[in-house]
Amino acid sequence: MKLPLKGITILEFSQYLSGPCSGLRLADMGARVIKIERPGKGDAGRQLAIENLWVDESSLLFHTINRNKESVTADLKNPDDLAFVKQLIKQADVITHNFRPGVMETLGFDYASVQKINPAIIYTEISGYGKKGPWKHKPGQDLLTQAVSGLAYSSGNKHADPVPFGLAISDYLCGNQAVQAILAALIRRHKTGKGAFLELSLLESLLDFQFEFLTTYFETNQQHQRSEINNGHSLLSAPYGIYQTADGYIAVAMMPLKKLNATIQCKALEKFTEEELFKKRDEIKAILSAYFKNATTEALLQKMQVHDLWVMPVLNWNQLMESSTYQALNIEQELMVGGKRIKTTRCPIRYNKQYFLSDKPAPKLGEHTDEIKVTLVKNTQ
Amino acid sequence: MKLLEDILVLDFSQFLSGPSASLRMADLGARVIKIERPKIGDICRELYVSDAVINGESTIFHAINRNKESYVADLKNEDDLSEIKNLITKADVMIHNFRPDVMERHGLSYEEVKKLNPQLVYACINGYGSEGTWKVKPGQDLLLQAVSGITYLSGNKDDNPTPMGVAVADILAGTHLVQGILTALFDRFITNEGALIEVSMLESLLDFQFEVLTCFYNDGRLLPQRSLVNNGHAYIAAPYGIYKTAQGYLALAMGNIPRLGLLLQCDALKNYTKPSDWFDKRDEIKAILQDYLSNRSVHQWLALLEPADVWCAEVLDYDALMEQEGYKVLEMEQKITVGSHSLKTTRCPIKVDGQLLTSAIGAPALGEHTQSIKKEFNL
Repeated sequence: MKLPLKGITILEFSQYLSGPCSGLRLADMGARVIKIERPGKGDAGRQLAIENLWVDESSLLFHTINRNKESVTADLKNPDDLAFVKQLIKQADVITHNFRPGVMETLGFDYASVQKINPAIIYTEISGYGKKGPWKHKPGQDLLTQAVSGLAYSSGNKHADPVPFGLAISDYLCGNQAVQAILAALIRRHKTGKGAFLELSLLESLLDFQFEFLTTYFETNQQHQRSEINNGHSLLSAPYGIYQTADGYIAVAMMPLKKLNATIQCKALEKFTEEELFKKRDEIKAILSAYFKNATTEALLQKMQVHDLWVMPVLNWNQLMESSTYQALNIEQELMVGGKRIKTTRCPIRYNKQYFLSDKPAPKLGEHTDEIKVTLVKNTQ
Repeated sequence: MKLLEDILVLDFSQFLSGPSASLRMADLGARVIKIERPKIGDICRELYVSDAVINGESTIFHAINRNKESYVADLKNEDDLSEIKNLITKADVMIHNFRPDVMERHGLSYEEVKKLNPQLVYACINGYGSEGTWKVKPGQDLLLQAVSGITYLSGNKDDNPTPMGVAVADILAGTHLVQGILTALFDRFITNEGALIEVSMLESLLDFQFEVLTCFYNDGRLLPQRSLVNNGHAYIAAPYGIYKTAQGYLALAMGNIPRLGLLLQCDALKNYTKPSDWFDKRDEIKAILQDYLSNRSVHQWLALLEPADVWCAEVLDYDALMEQEGYKVLEMEQKITVGSHSLKTTRCPIKVDGQLLTSAIGAPALGEHTQSIKKEFNL
């Protein structure tokens, strides 16, 4: 398959996850992504490991986020390197960066300056909290943006402390929204020749993520409340949540009370009406919670799925991988890094029934500097 | 010119995943027409949430479907179907999130529709992909979270599996779908051909877990271990988490433990000089921190930590967030009009050329634009 974004060049000044996960997506769909890294250390994500897993000099985490990219090193305080980067900008289509506000200005690579070098550039800037106001210099770190955004009051039960999402949701989401913005800007540029200045922030991405909750909050003036037990979604009625069974856990989504009770025939539920599913959800969930503990997951699934009730087992990754559905997805792909085989996931988008696959590993720091300098000279001659 | 000006999207989808994709496209400048069945329309119109209703329809329907038009068609009726097919010939994109066989039954599978409009980008979201035993299961957010393994990442070690309290599978699948659609629209300039874009909610949740799944694939398949207390991320060392203080909650991201001990004057932390212990002994360290931090208020702690550039923040609920200058300067809120009702919601999170992308157009009444669209396109 000819990759749809072939011919697009992206300069990635971004570090860690938010900007680099946009670069990864665009790379998988065919763009050429060149990381611009500082000599010596490079993307700070190279030194950030989880579970202390390393591949070469860089962490497995870095390899996961930065596969399918190239790397050049440039000291932006050195005039020769600066001239080199300016040449690259001239030939690039897109720039992404996620420095704190002010840093690119100091380096002379703010949008106004870059636009002078390449008027059709699509310049993409990711900050933590926007560029105005008292929070603009705060570290744009995932957990901290979750903390201030109100998100920590959506998971877990009512009397639990605030529960953060156990994944870097603001980085990931903001990076993915940046991809949307970049692609939309490429479409306009193709029609008009005009570049674009795109600004996103982790905090705005998380507020957008909570748009259903915030709109409800604006309308009712009431902070949403997680249910006392088995909370699944604070705006939804019983039985929505995860319940313990005799041998595991089961997820139970929305369903009419009548249908539920016709299926499981639980006496204690008979006194409730459909209208009470929200108002009395704690009481109803308590009854269900006691009820589900007496049966195995498999028995409950069989009984409930026959009647088309929305239930599924709760699985860990090992259990998931045993399912025919997981196996049919072919979500895993392998790449080789310095003689070592690594398994990771592929791009989740299917294009004309094809997967976007790539076995190109993440670059060593500055691996492509010389090669790109040579082709750059050729291109400008 | 708006980024997606002149792009026409026909959105057959319901609930959240597909409609959140078309909302983003609408805010970026596309024209979005919801194709809804008579009488009921998008089921989300009736999905009442915490009893908040506007004009007899759910608040969240209005949040998800603002800035769109509505066209009613009964796909089982031949005249309606032929009008829809006619409309498809004028469109750039069509979106649906039905179970795999539904559109086929109406003769609106990609293979059929491609004959009508070879330039069309045909985008669909399903729950679990089109193969495997789960393909017929309902593509519902909580159920997808349940099977994806993601519920073992939030909450503490001894908690039940904890779902994320926002419809994350829907929203991410919608986000990925827009990425695929826009890529295909861009590619169409070169190939002059449309494309089929498919996203499943399960793959979207697996992609969301790509960092930790890669860890799992390569570490001998060790399952994630949430910390005993104050879990923030199963794979990250202490102090990462949220702590209860004498008043309010404090979030602490990655940090150096002895330095934290020094700044907080918590002597018990000063002995953890070995960075590998910050992960290996995180339960112990977090317990010490939790005990110590409960002595003073979050504001007192922030006064010690923020000047030293420690990665920390106060945990806010919506009431507290709305009071913050840092929130107000974002101008994240916008007013939309629904009939005689005015409603406040959030705006698109992307800023283009220095401008916020806002729109005052509320969600359409069911079939509000059927007649005008028939006239406009000579259906």
